[in-house]
Amino acid sequence: MSKHALIQRHSASERLNHWLVAFAFILAGLSGLGFFHPGFYWLTNLFGGGTWARILHPFFGAGLALFFFIWVGREWKDNRITPEDWQWAKHMGDIMQNKMDNLPPIGKYNLGQKLLTRTMFTAIVLLLASGILIWQPWFAPEFSIELRRIGVVVHAFSAFVVLVCFIVHVYAAYWTRGAIRSMTRGTVTAAWARHHCAGWYKKIAG
Amino acid sequence: MALQSLDIKRRSATTTPSPGARATLEVVKLIDVSKCIGCKACQVACMEWNDLRDTIGENRGVYDNPADLSDQSWTVMRFAEVEPAPGRLEWLIRKDGCMHCADPGCLKSCPAPGAIVQYSNGIVDFHQEACVGCGYCVIGCPFNIPRLSPKDGKAYKCTLCSDRVAVGLEPACAKVCPTGAILFGSKEDMLHHAAGRVVDLKERGYGQAGVYNPPGVDGTHVMYVLHHADRPELYQGLPKDPGISPLVALWKEIAKTLMNIGLGAAVVGGIVHYLTQGPNEVAEEEEETS
Repeated sequence: MSKHALIQRHSASERLNHWLVAFAFILAGLSGLGFFHPGFYWLTNLFGGGTWARILHPFFGAGLALFFFIWVGREWKDNRITPEDWQWAKHMGDIMQNKMDNLPPIGKYNLGQKLLTRTMFTAIVLLLASGILIWQPWFAPEFSIELRRIGVVVHAFSAFVVLVCFIVHVYAAYWTRGAIRSMTRGTVTAAWARHHCAGWYKKIAG
Repeated sequence: MALQSLDIKRRSATTTPSPGARATLEVVKLIDVSKCIGCKACQVACMEWNDLRDTIGENRGVYDNPADLSDQSWTVMRFAEVEPAPGRLEWLIRKDGCMHCADPGCLKSCPAPGAIVQYSNGIVDFHQEACVGCGYCVIGCPFNIPRLSPKDGKAYKCTLCSDRVAVGLEPACAKVCPTGAILFGSKEDMLHHAAGRVVDLKERGYGQAGVYNPPGVDGTHVMYVLHHADRPELYQGLPKDPGISPLVALWKEIAKTLMNIGLGAAVVGGIVHYLTQGPNEVAEEEEETS
């Protein structure tokens, strides 16, 4: 391949799906943080005040769950954990120091991304289920107060997990140069593909 | 809603001190269940003073009317026909409503700054303009008292007539009670009076008579004199040892602090990593040899 060869990593519909998830996530996160801790309550002003944030938040959350489940469904085939992934994980110390030589040829996603997908999937399932338990005024009155108490604890904890995942994901995308372009314009350079996902590159380039 | 603003002890979702220049006398409403005749004058007085009108319900074959608390009914008489000892039928009538806990679960759960306040006199009050309608107060309350209005989505409950108390009047229910079963005054006076009532009841054969002032919520500012203080559940499920649910404490007090630290640590970790390691780039040579 020529030195400027570009490889398609994410199709237009994948990118659209990803950004719908991201958009819903940011809206749900900003509208929900105000209820997580009073220090974030000012964020509810972005949505027209506390009451509007309370009304809108569950709809953002439901949208997030929907788009995220579609995303996981379509990306699942590239998310299966392989023996190479565990070999790759042994180099974690080197990877964190940007020493990327001698890595095993992994597929389209690395183990970090695969574990992140699983963690986020679990957390979003829990957020959806616990969110329904406390969704006023539509669903919450149908459940016992004790069940709703469990709901708020699970919701806050899963929100914490998903926020940490988000911070890790955004940082990793920024840290790994070329990753953001793969999700905006859809392409990576051939060198990028060989460097990060040699197994996937081999499959694509033949 | 109330007139006070300078004697606030605690304010929901607020991390700085509340205006507390004025300290007021701690008050208590004492409900002597042994004197209650179930006339519901207190319910009527509550409707009158607060100008509330519940929808007319249906007769369910019991005296409880309305059947439950609502945004329009802040107090309800709960009637219980019980047999505390075999062959001894008793009709226990308890005026239900907010207990004005010293450690209020509603206030601790509320995420809206200033939607729930606790005055230094002990009254726990909802400020509906600041309420966002999330229903967390319902989750936090150990007595199942707050109710969301189906009309405006705001939470409502007994104010202990904070507007009347602020200008030196007693709550409407206490004012109207024809048997003196509802008394209002300083906490000290009410506890003293209650102790006298307990002695009297014990003399009249109620060996387990006592004052309901549960320590699990650091005491309440609405107290009951009960003939069977050892079995509060007889009074239509008055909880024996109420307290803020451990789940609510876990949610509000422990977990959120640790989680905020965790989120901050994740952000700081990312920044430190980037500053020390720099970006993960594909080297120029690799691009060239592609």
